[in-house]
Amino acid sequence: MTSKLRSILAVTALSLATLPAAAQDKPQAEVMHWWTSGGESAAIKTFADAYEKAGGEWIDTATAGGENSRAATINRMVGGQPPTAAQFNTGRQFDDLVSQGLIRPIEDLAAEGGWRNAMPTALVEAASRDGEMYALPINVHGQNWTFYSRDVLEKSGVSELPSTWEAMVPALQKIKDAGFTPLALGGQPWQERALFNAILLQQGGKDLYMKVYRDKDEEAVRSEGFRKAVETYGALRGMVDAGSPGRSWNDTTALLLRDNAAVQVMGDWVKGEFTNAGQKPGEDYGCTIGLDDSMLMVGGDVFVFPKTDEPAKKAAQDLLVETMISKDAQVAFNLAKGSMPVRSDVDTSAFDACAKKGLELLRSEDSQAPVFEILVSASLAGSVDDVVTQFWNNPSAEPDDVIEGFVNAFEVEG
Amino acid sequence: MTSPRKRPKTASLVLIPFWLVVLAAYVGTMLWTVQISFTASKLLPVDTYVGFDQYERLFSSTRWIVSMQNVVIFGALFISGALVLGFLLAVVLDQRVRFENSLRTIFLYPYAMSFIVTGLIWQWLMNPGLGIQKAVRDWGFESFSFAWAVDRDMALYALVLAGLWQASGLVMALMLAGLRGVDEEIWKASRIDGIPAWRVYLFVVVPMLRPLIVTAVVLLSISVVKAFDLVVALTNGGPGISSDMPAKFVMDNLFTRQNIGLATAAATVMLITVAAVLVPWIYTEYFRKVRAGAAT
Repeated sequence: MTSKLRSILAVTALSLATLPAAAQDKPQAEVMHWWTSGGESAAIKTFADAYEKAGGEWIDTATAGGENSRAATINRMVGGQPPTAAQFNTGRQFDDLVSQGLIRPIEDLAAEGGWRNAMPTALVEAASRDGEMYALPINVHGQNWTFYSRDVLEKSGVSELPSTWEAMVPALQKIKDAGFTPLALGGQPWQERALFNAILLQQGGKDLYMKVYRDKDEEAVRSEGFRKAVETYGALRGMVDAGSPGRSWNDTTALLLRDNAAVQVMGDWVKGEFTNAGQKPGEDYGCTIGLDDSMLMVGGDVFVFPKTDEPAKKAAQDLLVETMISKDAQVAFNLAKGSMPVRSDVDTSAFDACAKKGLELLRSEDSQAPVFEILVSASLAGSVDDVVTQFWNNPSAEPDDVIEGFVNAFEVEG
Repeated sequence: MTSPRKRPKTASLVLIPFWLVVLAAYVGTMLWTVQISFTASKLLPVDTYVGFDQYERLFSSTRWIVSMQNVVIFGALFISGALVLGFLLAVVLDQRVRFENSLRTIFLYPYAMSFIVTGLIWQWLMNPGLGIQKAVRDWGFESFSFAWAVDRDMALYALVLAGLWQASGLVMALMLAGLRGVDEEIWKASRIDGIPAWRVYLFVVVPMLRPLIVTAVVLLSISVVKAFDLVVALTNGGPGISSDMPAKFVMDNLFTRQNIGLATAAATVMLITVAAVLVPWIYTEYFRKVRAGAAT
């Protein structure tokens, strides 16, 4: 009787011991991200497929909404149950996690893999702290694209999209007089600020843009160039439709799809909407970077790898980095996502006309500027949003309000 | 009134786990929040104390000031509006109207929906491109305009309107229960004396409903203080910051802006404000009465 019981116990113990071991044969990676829309989940699936092909097991933990996903990641890391990898935006969102020692540096992998030299410098810098790489950039999103409906421009008698904002404002007025919505904008603070930053970079130039956001230079904010950008921005306040406040970016793109509105200034994720509607870049709709294809505002997504002592988990992370940054996975992922590959040494022939323009600018450091999330802290970014949105939504607000608001925000948030 | 009795020892013992939970989960987290508000915490809580710096930052922020003003306006209009509307609905239903059951269900139904759903419904109704405004204009009234949610000066009242739609039914249900409890004799007496019905309602019935009114005010106030989901769904604080609320300010800084210190300072100010209003009121409403009851 006792021996029988003992053998049962032994078998149970054995099976319990072997079960997890069997699962651990494959490197298991739990990946947290917020890519849940149609095109986005197709994109992350290319990574998952590549990882399984390389012999790993992919566990997908998707949370809708970047803020929610990041909050979940941070909670799990602080609680000691980190995932294998977690998505963040390129920038300073994971600063505190690095300084608390919760993130594994991937400097060794970067040195070994040889892909770092093929990446845009701004993104490498944004992923590094004290010269060590802590995050893996996986794509490049241009955020100062101008998309426009050819039909609407033609019907309003504007033959070409102007290449400066000075010429753009009267052209938009002409479109308005023709009965169309000149500017398609979703009135959410981040979209309003994206438009402002695109104007600041285009009209003020990279120098001024960097002085304002990187150096937080009060003189630059009080300069003539900055004031001009604010005035241009202010002149656009009357160019949107009544339904603008609170509208999401994709509902806003629909205005261009239906030929109700002329121009949308947004990131290249907008292309997915056009593609879904069966419209072709360069033919049905136009795209320029800024207004004259000269300067790309680069940002994107990164994955960070929480620190772990288990060799199995480390191996899973190593394999993740290797697959995500491999040339094939880069092309497949970015084609599905609408973004551009983060490595310049991959085959780009499959990308569309718009993406090729962007890739061209990515070749030189002089033709790219980082998005402002890379340059400023999350709390300063929030304060800037507050200043810009108050100006945009109050027709009687003066440029001085923005200038004083910026100076004040820099003083308080640093 | 029952006179206060000495509680048996076992009862106190049984209550110990309850007190532990209350102390740890409610009071504990509250104290922790206050503690963090005196630190320089950003994304994660840290122990670098900075005194009242976060509070200074808080009160130099236009957005915080605007959201505090907004919650006062919203609260006053929402609570008084819901009380008046709910009471009137209850009085109408109390006239033994036909289909009372169906009407009661219809009026109470919005309360079964969350504020998120309420917010979305009204966002669509007040959207100039697809809501009421478009419908009426399509009928031929070209100058009709009803787009509060996207109008800077009206967005706050859009919130009040949606809130009233949702909460009036609850007040109605409470008041109706109270009205049904009013003694028939009172009505008979007032009829003999020839007092008009509205005067009886106003001067006799309303004072009798006092405990129910208190309950309704407490329930409504709670939804005012935590007004977050309604705002996010309906206006998201916009246009600009015109319909911002303190709870949204706290959530933004807690999660998006990596400003735990500032967020907890704001939460602490909210707590103090609520306590400053509620404590004296609760004291006069309950404790004085209990004492008066004990004395007799």
